[in-house]
Amino acid sequence: MIESIPLPIVDDPADRAFWQGCDEGRLLVQACKQCGHRQHPPRAMCPACRSMELGWQECAPTGRLWSYVVPHPPLLPAFAPLAPYVVGLIIPDGLPGIRMVGAIVASAEEGIGSVAPAEIAIGDRMRLTFVRLAEDVALPCWVPDAACAPSEREEKP
Amino acid sequence: MSDRAALKDRTAIVGIGQTEFGKNLEHTELQLACMAIRNALDDAGIDASDVDALGCFTQETTPEFEIARNLGFGELHFFSQVAHGGGAVCGAIGQVAMAIALGIAKVGVVWRSRKRGDPSKRQWAGVQPRIDDHWKWSRPHGLSRPVDEVAMLMRRYMHDHGATREQLAAVALTQRAYARRNPDALMRDREMGLEDYLEARMISDPLCLFDNCLESDGAIAIVLTATDRAADCRHRPALIHAFSQGMSREHQLMTDYHGADPFVSSSSATARNLWRHSDLAPPDIDVAQIYDAFSPLVLFSLENYGFCGRGEAAAMAGSGALGEGGQLPVNTSGGSLSEVYLHGANLVTEAVRQIRGTSPNQVSDARNCFISTCDSTPNGALILRRQ
Repeated sequence: MIESIPLPIVDDPADRAFWQGCDEGRLLVQACKQCGHRQHPPRAMCPACRSMELGWQECAPTGRLWSYVVPHPPLLPAFAPLAPYVVGLIIPDGLPGIRMVGAIVASAEEGIGSVAPAEIAIGDRMRLTFVRLAEDVALPCWVPDAACAPSEREEKP
Repeated sequence: MSDRAALKDRTAIVGIGQTEFGKNLEHTELQLACMAIRNALDDAGIDASDVDALGCFTQETTPEFEIARNLGFGELHFFSQVAHGGGAVCGAIGQVAMAIALGIAKVGVVWRSRKRGDPSKRQWAGVQPRIDDHWKWSRPHGLSRPVDEVAMLMRRYMHDHGATREQLAAVALTQRAYARRNPDALMRDREMGLEDYLEARMISDPLCLFDNCLESDGAIAIVLTATDRAADCRHRPALIHAFSQGMSREHQLMTDYHGADPFVSSSSATARNLWRHSDLAPPDIDVAQIYDAFSPLVLFSLENYGFCGRGEAAAMAGSGALGEGGQLPVNTSGGSLSEVYLHGANLVTEAVRQIRGTSPNQVSDARNCFISTCDSTPNGALILRRQ
């Protein structure tokens, strides 16, 4: 079993730009140059028009929590000491069809496991940050937005 | 003959076999596979030399040639493998059934042998330092196990529909009650009540220990042949009435929450085609075996296959509908949560027992049984029925 946090390969032609963006502090979503279709995770082809001319659009650095989990052991050695930690699915503002996995953290420096699960609820507003996991990997993570009053939490549909 | 009649009721499961179930069994996976297949052929009353078709999982470690030359099979004419672990068993059976219905082969064996009782065999524990496939979008964040991926959907489901842990507990508790009457079930001696469930340690909150399948060793085998030959076999045949595999639009294996509606799973694709090919509709089903590596998969499957409406499955489970005498008895052997975890192969053997009338939790006069596979992967389903 590996001892370190598993990392993404960042030089795949389909998503190299995504990881490059993260490295520069920008969160990118794939957007088809031909028809405008947006998708995440990135793919090699646009399923709406079969184009391979895929560009990128920068996301707003804010979003809402769609759901989350709190893993407990047994876990990989790198995650076990961080548990219980919070990992969520975030809908970036302005991109209602997009859901991105993101660790929920108190700050980029404190990293995975730095937020108390009891403080989190579905619908919470989130602010983007990047946690540096390796020289070539900045992981897009999310910080609960303290300015978000409980009344702003998403109502049940 | 219309295309929809090409498979319907033309093949049958005529033999089932299994080994003992346990943790750290002495025999190898190959030995277990051979024993289960021998038992299934004996159960059918078919000679090994008549077998000419094989179906298994891509994840199966015992290769077809080893199986064939150990068991003394004849010349083989069809062999296929189906991917996606818990999503595979109905596809493996259905593909062999198609080969028999088309006359390409005469007798088929489908098997699953697995020693999963050892924690080092956990697939998620084998992740590499750098990930090049779709897992790269979740695992670096700490979303590292299948249970985490299912828990993500379950929390949202609870939020959307007001479902409670007590309602979800009904899945595990109902299946444990069935297992207590199944002499082969690993949990036959372990009573479990609601308090035990609610106090169990969390694995991926909101899912606790008892929402997870067992980690176990064992093997199961199934023998199929044409319906017109089934009359010569030892037991009442379980006719393969309808079959489909399914993969939903934009499906992503296990981390299947990027599509337009994460609760419309691959089961919905399987369901539409399965019911189209069946003379039966969901209200006609007498008993169901629903893939249950994690208890929420039972709820999501009930909805996607149309056994209840959207958002209604938790209340359905909580009302006792899945238990003995309920509206739809589900996982009557104890399932993956309480009998044994063999990637859902035990759901098939239990379905056959229900059709034969030999289940330890027999549904009275069960004339048909529905079987599904993993809701979170590309999957498949079968409807078995009495002749």
